[in-house]
Amino acid sequence: MKTIKIEKESWVQGLEKLQDRYRLFGPMADKDSYEFKELNSGDTPVLEHGKQGNTRLSVKSVIYPQSQTMFTYTLDESKDDHHIMKEVELNGKPRAVFGVRPCDAASFRLVQRNFDTPEYKDPFWINPYEETTFVGIACDEPSKTCFCTSVGCGPYNEEGLDLLLVNESKDGNDFFARILTKKGDDLATAAGWLTNANADVDAAADVDFESRKRDAEKKITAKVSIDQLKEKKTTDLFSADFWDQVGFSCLNCGTCTYSCPTCWCFDIQDEVKGCQGKRMRNWDSCMYTLFTLEGSGHNPRSNKVQRVRQRFMHKLKYYVDKYDAGVQCVGCGRCIQLCPVNIDIREVCETMNTYTPAGEEA
Amino acid sequence: MLEYTDKIRALSSQLLKEEKVDMVIGFRKGRRPMSNEPYMAKHPDEVKNLVWDSNCGINLTTYLTDRKEKIAVVAKGCDSRNITTHIIENKIKRDQLVILGVPCTGMIDRRKINNIVDFEINDVVEQGDTIVVKGETTETSFVKERALQKNCLVCTHRNPVLYDELIAPKVPELTDVDRYEDVRRVETMSINDKWHHFEALLSNCIRCYACRNACPLCYCPTCFVDESRPQWVGKGDDPVDTKTFHFLRAYHCAGRCTDCGSCERACPMGINMREFTTKLEKDCQELFGWQAGLSLEERPPLDSFNSKDPDAFVK
Repeated sequence: MKTIKIEKESWVQGLEKLQDRYRLFGPMADKDSYEFKELNSGDTPVLEHGKQGNTRLSVKSVIYPQSQTMFTYTLDESKDDHHIMKEVELNGKPRAVFGVRPCDAASFRLVQRNFDTPEYKDPFWINPYEETTFVGIACDEPSKTCFCTSVGCGPYNEEGLDLLLVNESKDGNDFFARILTKKGDDLATAAGWLTNANADVDAAADVDFESRKRDAEKKITAKVSIDQLKEKKTTDLFSADFWDQVGFSCLNCGTCTYSCPTCWCFDIQDEVKGCQGKRMRNWDSCMYTLFTLEGSGHNPRSNKVQRVRQRFMHKLKYYVDKYDAGVQCVGCGRCIQLCPVNIDIREVCETMNTYTPAGEEA
Repeated sequence: MLEYTDKIRALSSQLLKEEKVDMVIGFRKGRRPMSNEPYMAKHPDEVKNLVWDSNCGINLTTYLTDRKEKIAVVAKGCDSRNITTHIIENKIKRDQLVILGVPCTGMIDRRKINNIVDFEINDVVEQGDTIVVKGETTETSFVKERALQKNCLVCTHRNPVLYDELIAPKVPELTDVDRYEDVRRVETMSINDKWHHFEALLSNCIRCYACRNACPLCYCPTCFVDESRPQWVGKGDDPVDTKTFHFLRAYHCAGRCTDCGSCERACPMGINMREFTTKLEKDCQELFGWQAGLSLEERPPLDSFNSKDPDAFVK
C-alpha cells in the first residue's frame, strides 16, 4: 500500500487525462443537493458537501441504475429475429467513480452477496461492478445520522475501495491518497498522479491516517447495538407487538429503499413502442403493495405494517441469518434523513435487538 | 406550544379513559430535528408521547382512510378541511371521529432552515414567534415567518373548519396574501417555456411516490400508475412517464386539494409539485368559486353537476 500526495492542479489535470480510458462518475451539484452523475470533460466532482455530509442518493445507481434495459426485441414478423430477445451490449469502457464515501463503498460488498453467488451470476450488475475503479473520500465530518461504526464500517473504511482520498486539511485543496489495489494503482498511473516529481517518495509520513481516522470515528456519536439479532428467534421478532406502532406512521413510499445503498430489489417490465420492445428492470420497493401481489390476486403482504416489518426483518434478521456477515446496512443514515415521517432504523434496530417476547422476561 | 401539547394530552387522556375513542392520532416528538412522527395512542399511559409544535406538517387525514375504529384526531386547519373531504367521499364517518382542532400558525420547512444555516442542526426550538436553531457549537435565531412552508405563508384557513374541541383560542386568519403568485408566473410562460419549466421541476424525481402516499386525497386502492391492465404509465425513468404521473395525480386532486403541503414536505428530492395543485385550485376558485373542504353540505364541483357551471371549455 502506497500513499501519494495529489495537488489540486494535478488532480484536475488527472481527471481530464482519465476521460480517454474511463467513463467517470462523481458527485455534482443537483438543485439543493449533490448526486452521482457521469462527468463530462471539464467537470470536477465535488467531494465535500459541507453540512450535508453525503450525496442525497447513494452511489448504487452508477452500477445498478434505477431503470436498465436488459434485452431488446422486435415484434415485426417480417423480420427473421422477431420475438427473439437480444441482450443489450454493455458499454465496455471501464468506469471510475470518485468521491465514494466508505459506507457506500462497503455497500457494494453487501449487495454482491445477492447478485454474485456461486449459483447465480447477474451480468448486469457483476460486469459494471468488476470493471469499475472506486475512488473513496474519507469522512472527516460525519453527520448526526451516521452510524457506520456500529455496523462494521467506518469513516476511513477501505473495504470495497481501490483508492482512498483524504483531504489534506479542512480548507486545503490537496489530497493524500492511499492506493489500495492494483486497479487503484492503474488509475493513479493513468491520471499521471504517480509520475509526478514526488512519485517515488511515499507521502505516508506527511499524513497521520491513524489519528485522523480515530478523530473521525469519535465524531460518530450515534450507536446501535446489533449483537443480539442473530440469537433472536425469527418467529418471535416476526410476531412481535411493536410492529404496529413502528408501521403506523409509515406512508409506504419508496424513499428509504430508493435512497438505500444496500436495497437491491427490482421488478422486470416489458415496454413496447410500435414493434420495438425492450425488457427492462426497475428498482422496486418492498414498501409497495404491488411488490408481493400475486397473479391470483392474493397478496401475502396486504397491509402496510407487514411491509414495514419485511424491510427491517430483511435487513436486520433474514440477511444476518442467511449470510452470517452482519446486518444489511452500512449506517449511511440516508433513510433517517429522508423519511417523511421520521422512521429511524437505529431505533427499530435497538427495539429488535433488545426484544423479549411477553412472558419470557427474566 | 407547550400549552397546546398539555391540552391535547389532557383531552386525549380523558377520551381514552372514558372509552369514548379507541385511539388518538397525533404526533410524537421526532428523533430528528424538525420532523415529528405521526403517532397513535391507544392507552391513557401513551398519551404522554403526544406533542404539538410547528413540526407537525404531515396531514393526519391520511391515517384515517377506511379505518373502522372510533378515533380522536388532532387537526390543524388544512387537516380539518381534508377530514371534511374524507367524510364527503365516504372514507370515514363523522360519528367515528372526535376532532381536536388546532389553530395553526404555520409549519416549519426544514429544507428552508437547512438552507439558511451553514451548520449541521442539532435542535430547533420555538420561543413564541422566534425559531432558535442550535448546532454543535453555535446557534442562530430568526422570526418564524422566514422558516415557514410555502403553503403556510399563503394559508387562509389556519383555524380548523370542523372540530369537536378547540385546543386553543382561534388565531387571526391571513387576509392580505396572494395565493397564486407562482401559478400566474407559469401561466404567462409560452408553451415551450412551460414545458422546459416542468421538465426542470421534475428532473430529479425518483418516482418513490412519497408525494402520493403522503396525500390524504390519494387513497385509490390501486393508483393508475400501478395498474397493469391496461398499463397507463411506463415504470421506467422516462421523463415523459414521470411527468404523466405528476400531471395526472394533480388532476385527480382538482377541487379536492386543500394545499396542506404534505406532498412537498414528504418529497425526498425537494420538488415543488404544489405548482400543479395550486393551479387547479386557482381554476376551481375562478370557475366555480370553490374552496375544498369548507363544508360537509356541498360536494366538490368536479363530482357534481350544476347547469350553471361554466362551459367555456366545450367549444
